[in-house]
Amino acid sequence: MSAQHHAVPAPVGGPLLNRTTFIAGLLIALMAAIVLYRFIFGLASVTNLSDGYPWGLWIVVDVMIGSAFACGGFSVAMLVYIFNKGEYHPLVRPALLASLLGYTLAGASVIVDIGRWWNVWNMYWPWSANPNSVMFEVAVCITAYVAVMWIEFAPVFLEKLGLKDIKKKLNRFLFVIVALGTLLPMMHQSSLGTLWVVLGSQVHPLWQTPFVPVLFLLTAIIMGYAVVLFESCIASSAYRRSIEVSLLNPMAKIMLGVVAAYLAVRLGDVIFRGVIGRSFHLSLEGVMFWLEMACFVAPFLIIGTESQRRNPARLFVAGILLMLGGSLLRINGFLIAYDTGAGFTYFPALPEILVTMGMFATEVLIYVVITRRFPVLPREA
Amino acid sequence: MSSRRDFLKGALAATGAMVGAGATPVHARDTYSRPPEAMGLLYDATLCVGCKACMAACKEANNNPPEFNTVDKLWDTPLDTSGYTFNIIKMYRNGTMETKDAEVNGYAFMKTSCMHCADPSCVSACPVSAMIKNPVNGIVEYNPDKCIGCRYCVVACPFGIPKYQLDDPLGRIGKCELCRHRHKDGYYSACAEVCPTGATLFGRTEDLLAEAKRRLALKPGTVTKFPRGRLRPATERMLQGQADGKGEKHRHGWRDEPDQIYEGTVGKYVQHVYGEKEYGGTQVLKLSGVTFEKVGMPNLPPYSSAATSETIQHSLYGGMLMPIAVLGALTWVAKRNVKPDDDSGEQS
Repeated sequence: MSAQHHAVPAPVGGPLLNRTTFIAGLLIALMAAIVLYRFIFGLASVTNLSDGYPWGLWIVVDVMIGSAFACGGFSVAMLVYIFNKGEYHPLVRPALLASLLGYTLAGASVIVDIGRWWNVWNMYWPWSANPNSVMFEVAVCITAYVAVMWIEFAPVFLEKLGLKDIKKKLNRFLFVIVALGTLLPMMHQSSLGTLWVVLGSQVHPLWQTPFVPVLFLLTAIIMGYAVVLFESCIASSAYRRSIEVSLLNPMAKIMLGVVAAYLAVRLGDVIFRGVIGRSFHLSLEGVMFWLEMACFVAPFLIIGTESQRRNPARLFVAGILLMLGGSLLRINGFLIAYDTGAGFTYFPALPEILVTMGMFATEVLIYVVITRRFPVLPREA
Repeated sequence: MSSRRDFLKGALAATGAMVGAGATPVHARDTYSRPPEAMGLLYDATLCVGCKACMAACKEANNNPPEFNTVDKLWDTPLDTSGYTFNIIKMYRNGTMETKDAEVNGYAFMKTSCMHCADPSCVSACPVSAMIKNPVNGIVEYNPDKCIGCRYCVVACPFGIPKYQLDDPLGRIGKCELCRHRHKDGYYSACAEVCPTGATLFGRTEDLLAEAKRRLALKPGTVTKFPRGRLRPATERMLQGQADGKGEKHRHGWRDEPDQIYEGTVGKYVQHVYGEKEYGGTQVLKLSGVTFEKVGMPNLPPYSSAATSETIQHSLYGGMLMPIAVLGALTWVAKRNVKPDDDSGEQS
C-alpha cells in the first residue's frame, strides 16, 4: 500500500460568485440579523422555546444532528488511517473540510443558543468544571476536536501558501493528530446520547437505555459515511465531475456492515429490556420508532447488492435515508419521546429555522470557496 | 497481503472503547442519600386551604414580578412555576367537587416547588457547577455568575423545576432555594413562615419525616396537634424560654417565635410520604389525600438518574484511563498507516 495511485488534490477553480454562493450570502445576512436581534432581545423574541421545551431546533438539529452529519471526516479518516484502507484517501480531504465546517458552526450555534454566553469560559475553568456532567465532557471534547480538525486540515492551506517547512514539521506528528481526531469524536458523539440518560423516565423507554452511547456512536459513524455518499454525489453534479463510484461502492458496503451492527444493538436492546411491545401501541412514539427503524433497514433493499451499489442514484438515496434515520433517533429522543408534562408543544419558529438554514448556507459558502481555491477535491484526470 | 490483518487490528483498536466498557469491572455509583442536617419542607395537602399566601410571600421574598394570565392583569396569576414563579399551589378537581381531599367528586391542593433531591439531576447535569448541593443542609443552590444558560438542568429535572427566563437577554435560572438568602438573619422559608395552617412546614427533613409518619399513623377524624411555621425538634421545645440560654443554642440561629402549635382534625391520608424514597429521597416531603400521580407528582423509582448517568460517564472516563488506552492504540496504528502526502501538488 505504499504508492498512492490516486489523483492528488487540486483547486477546482472557477468563479466564486454564482447563484449558489449568492443565495447562501442572502441566507447568511438574514441569519446575522436574527442572531443580532436574539442577542439584544433574548431567546423568546425569536424562538418557540418554552419551559417545557427548553431545547429546540438549534440544539437538536444544529448541534446534535449537525455534528453527526459532520462525522464524514472521522468515518473516512478512520477507514484510511486506522483500518489502513489507503485507497479511500481521495475522500479524506473533502470529508474533513465538511466536518470541520460542520463542527465549527455547531459550536457557533451553541453560543447563539446558550442564554448566558458571556459565562461560557466557566466550561474551561477548572474551578467551575463539573466532571460528573455529560454536557461538560461533550463541550470540552468538541472544542478540542474542532482545534484538532483545523490542524489536520492545515496542510491544505500550507500547500497553497507554499509553506513547505511548516508542513513538513506538521507531517512528522500528523499521526498523533489523526489518532486524536479519531478518539475525540468517539467520545463526544457517544456522550451526546448519554445526555438524555439523566432525563430518566421523562424519555420514552424505547429510547431511554444505558446503551444510548453505543447507539449514538454507531449512528454517527453511519451518518458520516452517508454524508460522504450524499456530498460526493452533490459535488460531482455541481462541479460536473465524475462520481468516484469505484470508491463509494466498497465504502457503502462497509457502511452497511455498521448499519447491521447498529440494528443488532438497537433491536437487541429494546427486546432485552422488554419494551419492544411498546412500539406496537398506537402512539406517536410507536410510529416514530418504526419510521426510524425503516430508515436503517431500507438501505439494504436499495444498495444491498454489488450492482445496486454501482448506481450513483441508489447510493444517493441510501445516503439520505441513513442521514434521516440518524436524525430521527436524535429528534425522537430529545423532542418527540421527551415527555415534559402536559400543556407544552414545540415547533420551531420561522426565525429559528432561518438561523439553521443560515448556518447550513455558511457551510456551503465556505465549502465552495475553499474547494475552488484550495487543493481539496482530487484533480480530474 | 497484510491489509486484512491491519484491518482487524484497527477494528480492535477502534471498538476498544465499546468493548472495554463491557469488560472492565465497573464500580456503579450508588444513589446519594440526604445529608444528616438536610433542611426541607413538609407539605400536608389535607391542611392546605388554598389561600396562596405562600405564593405571594415567595414572590416578595425572592423579588419576583407578578405574572398575569387574566385579561384585567390585576393579580399575580401564574399557571405553573416559571423563571419568575418558584412556588405555586395547584388544584385537583373531580366531578362535583363536593369533598376536599377526595379523589372522586372532590378537590385537593398540591404545592409545586423544588424538591431539593438527595441526588439531584440538575446538579449532575450542570457543566459549570452553577447548580450545586450544599454539603451541610442539602439545599440545591443556583449561582448565576457561573451559569451559561444551557438549560440542561431544565431538561433534566424530573419535577420540571428549574426554569429559564427566556424572555430576558440577561435571563437566569429561577427556582426555590428554600430562601437561603434569608437564613443568615434567622428567617426560614417565606412560604412556611406565612402558611396559616402549617400545611407548609419548615425544618430538618429528618424531623419532618418523623412528623409525617406520626400523622399517617393517626386515625382519620381524630384530633391531634399540628405545628405551624418552623418544626422545632423536641429538645428545642423543651428548653425554650429557659433563662440559661440553652434554648438559644438549640435554636441554631433561627429567630425566636412563639410556639404556634394548634389542635386540628387528622385528614384521610394516602399512606405514603412522597419524597421519602423517590429518586433516592428528597428534602421536601408531601402528604396527600389524593393519589400523588393525580395531583401531578410523578411516579419515580427509588434511585436517581444522576447515578445511572454518572456510572456510565465514570466507567468510560474515570481517570481518563480508557480514553488514554484507546488513544495509545489508535496512535500506534495511525503511526504505521499515516503516510503524509508530502508530494501532493508536485507529482502524482
